Amino acid sequence: MTVVYDDLGDGVEEGAVPVRRIRFTINGRKKIAEVEPRLLLSHLIRRGLGLTGTHMGCDTTNCGACTVQVDGKPVKSCTMLAVQVDGHEITTVEGLAMQGAGGPGGVLHPLQEGFKEEHGLQCGFCTPGMMMAAKALLDENPDPTEEDVRWALSGNLCRCTGYQNIVKSVLWAAAKLRSQSPDTPDGSQP
Amino acid sequence: MYPSRFRYEAPHSLDEAIGLLHGGGDNAKVLAGGQSLVPLMKLRFASPELVVDINNLPGLDYHRAGPDGTLHVGALCRHADLERSALLKSTQPTMAAAAPLIADPIVRNRGTLVGSLCHADPQGDWASVVLALGGSVVARGPGGTRTIPVAEFVSGPFQNVLEPDEIVVEAVIPAANGARAGGYLKLERRVGDFATVGVAVAVETSGDTVTRAGIALTGVGGSTIGATAAADALAGRPLTAESIGRAADLAAEAARPRTDHRGSAEYKRHMVRTFVTRILGRVEPAEERAA
Amino acid sequence: MTQALDEIKIGGLGVSRKRVEDDRFIRGKGNYTDDITLPGMLHMEILRSPLAHARIKSIDASRAWDIPGVHLVLTGDMMATRNLAWMPTLSYDTQAVLATDKVRFQGQEVACVIADDPYIAKDACEAIEVDYEPLPVIVNPKQAVAEGAPVIRDDKENQADNVIYHWEVGDAAGTDRAFEQADVISRLQLHYPRSHPSPIECCGSIADFNRATSKLTVYMTTQAPHIIRAAVALVAELPEHMIRIISPDIGGGFGNKVPVYPGYVCSILASILLERPVKWIEDKTGNLISTGFARDIYLDGEMALRQDGKILGVRMRCDADHGAFFSDAQPSKFKIGLLHSTFAAYDIPAAHLRARGTYSNKAPGGVAYRCSFRVTEAMFFQERMMQAAADDLGMDQAAFRRMNFVRDEDFPHRTPFGFLLDSGQYRKCLDVGLKAVGYEDFRKRQEEARAKGRLLGLGISTMTEPLGAGNSREYDILGIKMFDSAELKVHMTGKAIVRTGARTQGQGHETTWAQIVSHELGIPAEDVVVEEGDTDTAPFGMGTYASRSTPVAGAAVAMVARKIRAKARRLAAHLLEVSEEDIEWELGRFYVRSAPDRGVTIQECAMAAYSNMPDGMEPGLENTAYYDPPNLTWPFACYIVTVEVDPATGVWDVLTTVAVDDCGVRINPMIVEGQIMGGLTEAYAMASMQFITFDAEGNCIGSNYMDYLLPTAWETPGFELHSEVVTPCPHHPIGAKGIGECAAVGGPAAFVNAVIDALSGTGVRNIDMPLLPDRVWEALTYRRDISGAPPVATDD
Repeated sequence: MTVVYDDLGDGVEEGAVPVRRIRFTINGRKKIAEVEPRLLLSHLIRRGLGLTGTHMGCDTTNCGACTVQVDGKPVKSCTMLAVQVDGHEITTVEGLAMQGAGGPGGVLHPLQEGFKEEHGLQCGFCTPGMMMAAKALLDENPDPTEEDVRWALSGNLCRCTGYQNIVKSVLWAAAKLRSQSPDTPDGSQP
Repeated sequence: MYPSRFRYEAPHSLDEAIGLLHGGGDNAKVLAGGQSLVPLMKLRFASPELVVDINNLPGLDYHRAGPDGTLHVGALCRHADLERSALLKSTQPTMAAAAPLIADPIVRNRGTLVGSLCHADPQGDWASVVLALGGSVVARGPGGTRTIPVAEFVSGPFQNVLEPDEIVVEAVIPAANGARAGGYLKLERRVGDFATVGVAVAVETSGDTVTRAGIALTGVGGSTIGATAAADALAGRPLTAESIGRAADLAAEAARPRTDHRGSAEYKRHMVRTFVTRILGRVEPAEERAA
Repeated sequence: MTQALDEIKIGGLGVSRKRVEDDRFIRGKGNYTDDITLPGMLHMEILRSPLAHARIKSIDASRAWDIPGVHLVLTGDMMATRNLAWMPTLSYDTQAVLATDKVRFQGQEVACVIADDPYIAKDACEAIEVDYEPLPVIVNPKQAVAEGAPVIRDDKENQADNVIYHWEVGDAAGTDRAFEQADVISRLQLHYPRSHPSPIECCGSIADFNRATSKLTVYMTTQAPHIIRAAVALVAELPEHMIRIISPDIGGGFGNKVPVYPGYVCSILASILLERPVKWIEDKTGNLISTGFARDIYLDGEMALRQDGKILGVRMRCDADHGAFFSDAQPSKFKIGLLHSTFAAYDIPAAHLRARGTYSNKAPGGVAYRCSFRVTEAMFFQERMMQAAADDLGMDQAAFRRMNFVRDEDFPHRTPFGFLLDSGQYRKCLDVGLKAVGYEDFRKRQEEARAKGRLLGLGISTMTEPLGAGNSREYDILGIKMFDSAELKVHMTGKAIVRTGARTQGQGHETTWAQIVSHELGIPAEDVVVEEGDTDTAPFGMGTYASRSTPVAGAAVAMVARKIRAKARRLAAHLLEVSEEDIEWELGRFYVRSAPDRGVTIQECAMAAYSNMPDGMEPGLENTAYYDPPNLTWPFACYIVTVEVDPATGVWDVLTTVAVDDCGVRINPMIVEGQIMGGLTEAYAMASMQFITFDAEGNCIGSNYMDYLLPTAWETPGFELHSEVVTPCPHHPIGAKGIGECAAVGGPAAFVNAVIDALSGTGVRNIDMPLLPDRVWEALTYRRDISGAPPVATDD
């Protein structure tokens, strides 16, 4: 990214603001960025990195559409400053597939497959956040009940689906992940 | 949605952090979980000039019991750590009941108990819990360390008694004098809502007798309310339907709720009474509880 | 011997085909408006009024202009010099774009800043100083018509008060006679509280005026791109052919993304002035406080009843609070939308409805939120009145409904308000629902529980609603008729593209329209790509809202596919060297009647259209159909909810929710069920927790997600859906009726009726939504009705 300022002469740099250099890993790739302290993490992801799969839906930390993982834990990226990920690892929905069977690129994570199989999305806006929150649940509890799933997703709002199919999608993914555990012949990672 | 400009520092030692606050004047804020501060900054209800991020300070993410049974909760211990804590589930029933009810599961990954106490939101849940347990905060400043009982810590809505250059490093829950029982009930209209009414009850029993009791109320006044008369009505005697009823009435009297879109003042007082009764009604007789 | 394709295998009607659109959404590769970046793009933020009603004495934007990175500050007087301070609304009123003389609701747009990035734009908004002189505030219809009330719309000539319209329909005299003959008169007064569609994605636009080509392109969160193009042509006085509206992926609409909002207009003007793309994305507060709200309407309803339960007449008086501007998107002939579709499912001899609309110091709107044009209100009022009437008569809720239903053999049936119903099996739906919920058994358990102090309740809501607006004789918006369209192009290899004038926001058109083509032509659905939303390429249509897409655009897809098939038949005859009369069709294939083994596939016909046409035939295999629906469609639904109420706290839990939906033929059952569950969740939300209210100063409570409550997965109940009853629509090409809004329309009454039923015996007849625990507790404890929206803070 190139930042360009107006040069008003006499050493005055119009529009220049103090930035901070941060280093972080995003979906497995190491990056350096220079950011204003007030830049929200969600804006670093969407605008600075061009990863627009993480969405912003509210201004009071309620909707969870912006959920990403920081160091493997789900976080509402609108409520973190970009400067806070200095030295940390971020995973967004674009990096979900990498963590699925078969390595990086076009192979989908079972959560992504599950949402399609079980019609867990309609407009798709809450979906990346839902999947990132669900991933955290499945990382900790590979065999959740319906109640476990509803509890784990209670920080993510959806207006379209009524949640029932989202729950089914997550349970579908859990079942698939269990059947793909490291003991299975193809040795795929959960 | 977009905070005002500010300076940002991310110190790596407590002394460095205190030094930055000392130089920062009145308009510096400590950033721990950020789940209260950042939303306020986004709405521009808070516009600090300096933000001191303490997330890089080592060794503050603990919660542990001391040899004397005191519970220590470090400044960077997250709500989620407390929600999952086997220690809390087995030794701190009031805290264990409250932890899952803080905000929502994702916010709980970042927010901290200590941060919640310092934020001093009148609708904060932990404040009632820690008050009912007779807890304190330990603050460190340039002049040294001091312990402040939570009952004396809040000076108004979103205001605490800390000096601008003090940081709370841990919360402390005193050891129990007997077997612990209690709980936290919160009337929320949906997950993540602030409490319409929240009630924290913590009792300690020795044999049949209640040796210590604490009752504190969320959301029914301009600040967290310590229902001391209600707690006193329980102490020094067995838990009976009568003493529970008396405590419930006194707790309802201690509440100072407003009639608003969450309900009438009368309803909120009624809920205080109901919650006190329900929490205490679930306390099993001493001999049936694990030590 | 048939060589027809298996319709299930190729993804035709009735197949729960997995969704095409999912592939990009699950990868985070959706293309929502805020995802789009154009070269040189600037960002716009809006400054909003903190006051509900105030004169603007002065606006000083000088400090804003001085902030580095600010390119333009727009205020009302700048708009006024370009005749853009006010714009026409879709209801023949005017609406302020940026306030000039006064602000008329809290959150109204006062100025906007265009800057290098939105952070700077926000800084600059904060630097604008506005001097307000507060005026008295009106927050409900009673205040609006009270003696001495200030005139909110003093900008309008000839507006001497706060009344927008009076409207009535039905037979007043006949209804009066019915009431004179009644054995019992049942009366109910309700307030359907103000609500908001609140899709998760907010509204926004990127306006891009290209000075070199004079073309304006606007990416916009809109459910109706062609309506927007027409509106922009009118408002901005730009030639229509030089305006391109592109509706990219939309993160939920629910009617919120139909109106023309000031932010869109400002971003367009800014782009024209700056000759750079200007992006405006509102925040959630802006969305909730200023964009099209829903409902906020009062009912005084009465039913004239015979002792045996027969309804003799219905009389309704409605007061609708429209906020500061009358800006609803609804058919122009009906001031109160299709509210008069109320009681359509019941055979009622006489009815009369009067409605009045008033202004108030609140955001403009009224018709939105999965409402089918006020049908949410119609059916909520209906089923709440039915509940009260059955109770007043001492009759069983199910029996009362059953005896008054329009009977299967009575179709076509004209309602007292003039609607023509064509089909339905209402009693069967009710029977399926009662069986599924275990009705008899529940009533027994309810009695037993009551004896032990536990409060169980059951609520029924049955209704038929008008979808698919609508026929050109009666329906138009701003004079534009409400047809819709589909263009189908079959390429030489037999693959196809279909474009329609609808605009999906999650309803799955990319999947379902292909299924219709598959059904009509035997082309596998995966060989058909669907596009919507770009006014340069899509045929003219009126967009997607009011559940009209399947009934109208879907019908157009079927009709254009049939036009294609008709031409393909001629090509087949040519290829097979027989006359057209000798040709038969089976799925995917034309064959010779007398020699069925001799046939050609649709794909072979397609190739022939480009390479082997008969003499005199125009080449190509492409066509367009515009569909003017002959009538509305009338799906029917029966929703039954059971609850338990905790008398100590007023908290109520849903035990079961049963939904029996007869929406005719289902293109994609999986998608239909998704729509029903989404609607039921919104019904539950409105019944239990969702509302917007105002204090006496006009401060909005519910302008963010901390106060405007949406249920999470934890609170939302599970749903049991039934699809046994299918009554095809007799006039729709594929027999479909539409479903998008049914559950939001019929659902709320089922939840409310269940709680009221749990309280039966206490004398409580009504608790206005939302049925928050404190309101239920108060009703139960004091044995009184709870009316109106929740109060705001009072000092105690």
